[in-house]
Amino acid sequence: MSYFLDRLTFFQRVKEGFSDDHGVTTSDTRRWEDAYRHRWQHDKVVRSTHGVNCTGSCSWKIYVKNGLVTWETQQTDYPRTRPDLPNHEPRGCARGASYSWYIYSANRLKYPMIRGSLLRLWQEAKKQHADPVAAWASIADNREVAARYKARRGLGGLVRCSWDEVNELIAAANVHTVRQYGPDRVIGFSPIPAMSMVSYAAGARYLSLIGGACLSFYDWYCDLPPSSPQTWGEQTDVPESADWYNSGFIMMWGSNVPQTRTPDAHFMTEVRYKGTKIVTVTPDYSEASKFGDIWLNPKQGTDSALAMAFGHVILKEFHVDKPSDYFTDYARKYTDFPMLVRLDAAEKGYQAGRFLRASDFDEGLGQDNNPEWKTVAYDESSGQVVVPNGSVGFRWGENGRWNLEEKEAGGQDTTLQLSVLEQRDDVAAVGFPYFGGKEHELGRFQPNPQDEVIYRKVPVRKIKLADGDEALVATVYDLITAHYGVDRGLECDNTPAGYDDNKPYTPAWQEQITGVPRDRVIAVAREFAENADKTKGRSMVILGAGLNHWYHMDMNYRGIINMLVFCGCIGQSGGGWAHYVGQEKLRPQTGWQPLAFGLDWARPPRHMNGTSFFYGHTDQWRYEKLNMADMLSPLARPEDFKGSAIDFNVRAERMGWLPSAPQLAANPLQIARDAAAAGKDVKDYVVEKLKSGELTMACEDPDNPVNFPRNMFIWRSNLLGSSGKGHEYFLKHLLGTSHGVQGKDLGEEGGEKPMEVTWRDSVTDGKLDLLVTLDFRMSTTCLYSDIVLPTATWYEKNDLNTSDMHPFIHPLCEAVNPCWESRSDWDIYKGLAKTFSRLAEPHLGKETDVVTLPILHDTPGEIAQPFDVKEWRKGECEPIPGKTMPNIIAVERDYLNTYARFTAVGPLLNKLGNGGKGISWNTEHEVDLLGDLNGRHRGEGANKGLPKIETAIDAAEVILTLAPETNGEVAVKAWAALSEQTGRDHTHLALNKEEEKIRFRDLVAQPRKIISSPTWSGLESEHVSYNAGYTNVHELIPWRTLTGRQQLYQDHAWMRAFGEGFTSYKPPVNMRTTQEIIGVRGNGNEEIALNWITPHQKWGIHSTYSENLLMLTLSRGGPCVWISETDAKKVGIVDNDWIECFNSNGALVARAVVSQRVNEGMVMMYHAQEKLVNTPGSEISGERGGIHNSVTRAVLKPTHMIGGYAQQSYGFNYYGTVGSNRDEFVVVRKMNRVNWLEGDDESIYQAEEQA
Amino acid sequence: MYQYLNEFFFGVFPYIAGSVFILGSLVRFDKSQYTWRTGSSQMLSNDRKFLIGNNLFHIGVIALFFGHLFGLLTPTAVYTSLGMSTGAKQLIAIIAGGIFGLICLAGIAILAHRRTTDPRVRRTGSRMDMFILYLLFAQLLTGLLTIPVSTGHLDGEVMLQITAWAQSLVTFRPDAASHILDIHWIYKLHMFLGMIMFLIFPFTRLVHIWSVPLGYAFRAYQIVRRRPVV
Repeated sequence: MSYFLDRLTFFQRVKEGFSDDHGVTTSDTRRWEDAYRHRWQHDKVVRSTHGVNCTGSCSWKIYVKNGLVTWETQQTDYPRTRPDLPNHEPRGCARGASYSWYIYSANRLKYPMIRGSLLRLWQEAKKQHADPVAAWASIADNREVAARYKARRGLGGLVRCSWDEVNELIAAANVHTVRQYGPDRVIGFSPIPAMSMVSYAAGARYLSLIGGACLSFYDWYCDLPPSSPQTWGEQTDVPESADWYNSGFIMMWGSNVPQTRTPDAHFMTEVRYKGTKIVTVTPDYSEASKFGDIWLNPKQGTDSALAMAFGHVILKEFHVDKPSDYFTDYARKYTDFPMLVRLDAAEKGYQAGRFLRASDFDEGLGQDNNPEWKTVAYDESSGQVVVPNGSVGFRWGENGRWNLEEKEAGGQDTTLQLSVLEQRDDVAAVGFPYFGGKEHELGRFQPNPQDEVIYRKVPVRKIKLADGDEALVATVYDLITAHYGVDRGLECDNTPAGYDDNKPYTPAWQEQITGVPRDRVIAVAREFAENADKTKGRSMVILGAGLNHWYHMDMNYRGIINMLVFCGCIGQSGGGWAHYVGQEKLRPQTGWQPLAFGLDWARPPRHMNGTSFFYGHTDQWRYEKLNMADMLSPLARPEDFKGSAIDFNVRAERMGWLPSAPQLAANPLQIARDAAAAGKDVKDYVVEKLKSGELTMACEDPDNPVNFPRNMFIWRSNLLGSSGKGHEYFLKHLLGTSHGVQGKDLGEEGGEKPMEVTWRDSVTDGKLDLLVTLDFRMSTTCLYSDIVLPTATWYEKNDLNTSDMHPFIHPLCEAVNPCWESRSDWDIYKGLAKTFSRLAEPHLGKETDVVTLPILHDTPGEIAQPFDVKEWRKGECEPIPGKTMPNIIAVERDYLNTYARFTAVGPLLNKLGNGGKGISWNTEHEVDLLGDLNGRHRGEGANKGLPKIETAIDAAEVILTLAPETNGEVAVKAWAALSEQTGRDHTHLALNKEEEKIRFRDLVAQPRKIISSPTWSGLESEHVSYNAGYTNVHELIPWRTLTGRQQLYQDHAWMRAFGEGFTSYKPPVNMRTTQEIIGVRGNGNEEIALNWITPHQKWGIHSTYSENLLMLTLSRGGPCVWISETDAKKVGIVDNDWIECFNSNGALVARAVVSQRVNEGMVMMYHAQEKLVNTPGSEISGERGGIHNSVTRAVLKPTHMIGGYAQQSYGFNYYGTVGSNRDEFVVVRKMNRVNWLEGDDESIYQAEEQA
Repeated sequence: MYQYLNEFFFGVFPYIAGSVFILGSLVRFDKSQYTWRTGSSQMLSNDRKFLIGNNLFHIGVIALFFGHLFGLLTPTAVYTSLGMSTGAKQLIAIIAGGIFGLICLAGIAILAHRRTTDPRVRRTGSRMDMFILYLLFAQLLTGLLTIPVSTGHLDGEVMLQITAWAQSLVTFRPDAASHILDIHWIYKLHMFLGMIMFLIFPFTRLVHIWSVPLGYAFRAYQIVRRRPVV
């Protein structure tokens, strides 16, 4: 009743002693206990997840009490696995468990914010101009005025604004940009749709409807392994983590499984109890190291040398000396080993040339359809050259022979011959380029000097070709064994005599480079292969960012892929290539694409590869010091490969290899008008103008204001606080604000300037007129944005989530309404679409937009340029759209009906069908179903009678209904479509699920396992866990490569020129960013140059959680950099000192963590620690902090630009340049003066006033 | 007028203050258990300075409290019968009060300095914390300032007047205020502040005084509370 009165019980107080009166039992009140009961009481539990790029994709219980989210715990209701396989739960980690902190934290974005100086300009302009579009034009087109707010970016001054006002400003800016400069000047960046696919789709749909360009991310993040498209024609496809449990031998190579794959790590620890051996390969003593039965620690950046030595042992012992039946059979059926390669006689002797094609023979060996895209091999029994099924030539233009049956094109059974050793006509000394002898600029990587070209004896056949030439040919198998240095009994002096012979690529040879003892290498290689031999491929390599972020990541990866292919591990349960970087597996992809890119209204959408975009538009190319000639094979002709990275990129864009954004150096709407005025077809008109040079491509003059990207949206991303390689260049050139760039550009330095782009001595900084960011927290990107829009958090919106780590699809749910004035991404873009439609009148109406489209993978066009590289710009060939240059397509836009289109399923799905990855099917039935489910628009508008997409749940239903993975009926249709191409019936893989339809509310009830579909190469069944390549091996579906097989030899002219026909060891490259700054700007402390390694975090997922109080409490509470004890001692750094890391790209400050974990010669900074918390100013730049990317710069690799060549053709997030950053060096020193740069509110206000 | 004010402040006001003190404490104890605490900031900053200041303050203030309690409420007859003159009692009061007053003053000076300068303590403290600190400070100073005045009349007459007032108050005599009509204003100020202290007591962290854990010294090692019978 009353706390006080309850205590007044002196007369009835019961007291009983016990234990000799050491204890006493009383009847005192226990009401206080209720407080603790209330603490854990809640009103409801809602299922949601974290839309963060961690690949975990864990389902969570969100607890709501009194309308507030209180905490979260792991869900434990994943669908079961099967007997003898552990279940998936528990899934979740400390980072996810801390998420609810954000919702009500001070860092939560609560209202739309705008930079004060911009708002003042806007309100002034609105007074002058009644039309908001005209008002925006008066600001943006006056560069002096615009510079006022641009220069304030990142310096505070964001003020609260209303949704109506920001929507009007943004839409006005978009309308003006579209009308004045072209729709492709409106750019959007959002990554990883799989983590919240509706939210991604919202922005992408808006942009695609108005003709804006969406940037790719997987390549920009450097999570895309280009080796995967090269080898398999597949972006990335990997086993789910449960499949680790089926493995007999696991290598964790550069992947810190317990730290960065936390929810999945249990499968790895569990399988150890079954006797599976774990070998961990990491240079540092990471968390993963302690799980290794063996820990190998190669010098960072030299992994490919180690992989080559493993490959050497495997090839020698299991393919040549005592061949494994399983490996041989696998190699014959599933790899390019039997395919014939032509040997080219060059100045320096023979070298491996391109694959021999049917077209090289008389009458194309009977092939009328695509003979130049059909590779050939010897038949073992007849000794004749045959055209085996499955190469890319069979994929397009005919049906029924694109499969991996052991048949040749005539329908006869065939057994392909791996080696011509016995039947050889001759032995040729073939030169293989060798890069392992290159000196490092700072001498930090030990070279192993050998001849630049290593000539090895290869058995060859002589073949008479159609053109009358007698060609020497060899099989890939014979070439690759020679390349790896395996003795075939041909008495070759350059082939090592044994493992202890220091010749490429023996265990002894690698020891000098990696520091790993040779006997360990031999032992691990043997066990790896032995296990695969006995278990038919159950050896697995889990690999990740540690390897893939190096400039020559393809060498690391291909070295490992080769090991796996040599041992028949790909496509086998418990085996294979397990690359987990980036949540790339958007399982219902083909259902999502129409929604996201507005394919239901107009095709094609504008896509752009992020790396090339940022490299060009942040002007990082102006500072390029990486020499492309350094990269060339000693066998190549340097005069054919002149120029710098940007030159190669421009050539690639012109030849239709890579996409462009902006595309043409003029407004595409105007081009269409001009073409119409000239009475010409748009395509012909553009080709004519390009050819004559009257029209150019935007990439040829990126610093011309006409070609600037003008408006940019960033959502679900922290571009400037996390992934922006070359952070300071972003600030300087793209944003035009204060920055920390230390180096000079090539103009100031008098360096050699690019050949293909216009060099402008004076550049206009601040290319972007408007940067809009959507986020739920005030990230670094938000701080630099002009407008910040508050989004719903992951517990406040409805969305979908998938991952490659498990086979389930599950939702994000609105546990509580979006707090304060935040809105879901879907609602934000819907609102923008509405305002845009209103403001477009009278500036825009129905318009024709000229879209350039690169030659795309998985389309018939991918077989465009079969032999040599020819440039129309140089007159080497005719400009033919879609063949020798990008396709040119006229797309109709209806700007006034942007909103009507945004909210309805458009007519093209019925007209053109749906599909992906080279197959398509009729989907009218699904569109009908959507109309019934979501309702139909009743009004008289442009969307009359079409199915509605009003809410995020409507949008989710569109995805789920259209995708084969979530709609069994579609799955059967998709398999049937593929069956037609392969001539084999695959529908049995989905027939048992034909009636199954997964809807949004099903997912709310429980995560659902997806349905097997031909979009992916693994199966979901009661018999196997998801494993990549499974259907290729077991259903005989070809890989989507030139040979149709796993292709270990890359025969494109550029691949050969850069010495990457076969993989080898290429040491880290020379970035040349420390020499001119070390010891120049001393502060009295010692300086040391160290390799800059930026692995994934322990206390965050990229930048998310890194400023979360709970995670800060667990970690050092702010940015820190790990340094070895030895290096720290050299320069007088002790633990927790403030240190500075800098080079010509910029500078950053952090606390030092001095640890035995780190090797001498490198420093590690967990990437994306942002500069929000506990970050003082830099002594070098005078700016606050810097982030890990302040000292990096994106560098491009020409081989990633290749296009129009089967698997080496462009695809969004599939192929293209990648943003590597591990080869970088920084100067490290202790700080002298820690300046917190703390101005008072008054001074900030004054600065804002003056702006 | 002076007489009325004297009557109000020292005849009526003490009962108002006393009622608020008792009832306020009861209500707060019942309605707001989670605020019934010392509000210690030791966790935020616990250096040696704080340790000294804290102890000096508490030693001083506890001694002063009991000194006042016994000094004011012990009937004159009790100590005179023990052979102590009023003059002697006053002298003891001056000396003991002076010593403990100075100890307490040193302590509170340290604490006040800490509370105003330590950023963590300052940000987390409430305005009432600050107020009560300054009130205690003022009360202490006025108490110490009575000493020079008292040394002017060492016969203990004024002391007798004040004890008569206090004893009249607690025995509910209507003429309490009249005993002190003509004493020096410094005494009155000190007494008035004392009553203010009682008045605001329930609204401050001082409530922790009620909960001095005296029983702790005598409790059993283990206490088990029986589940209530429902």
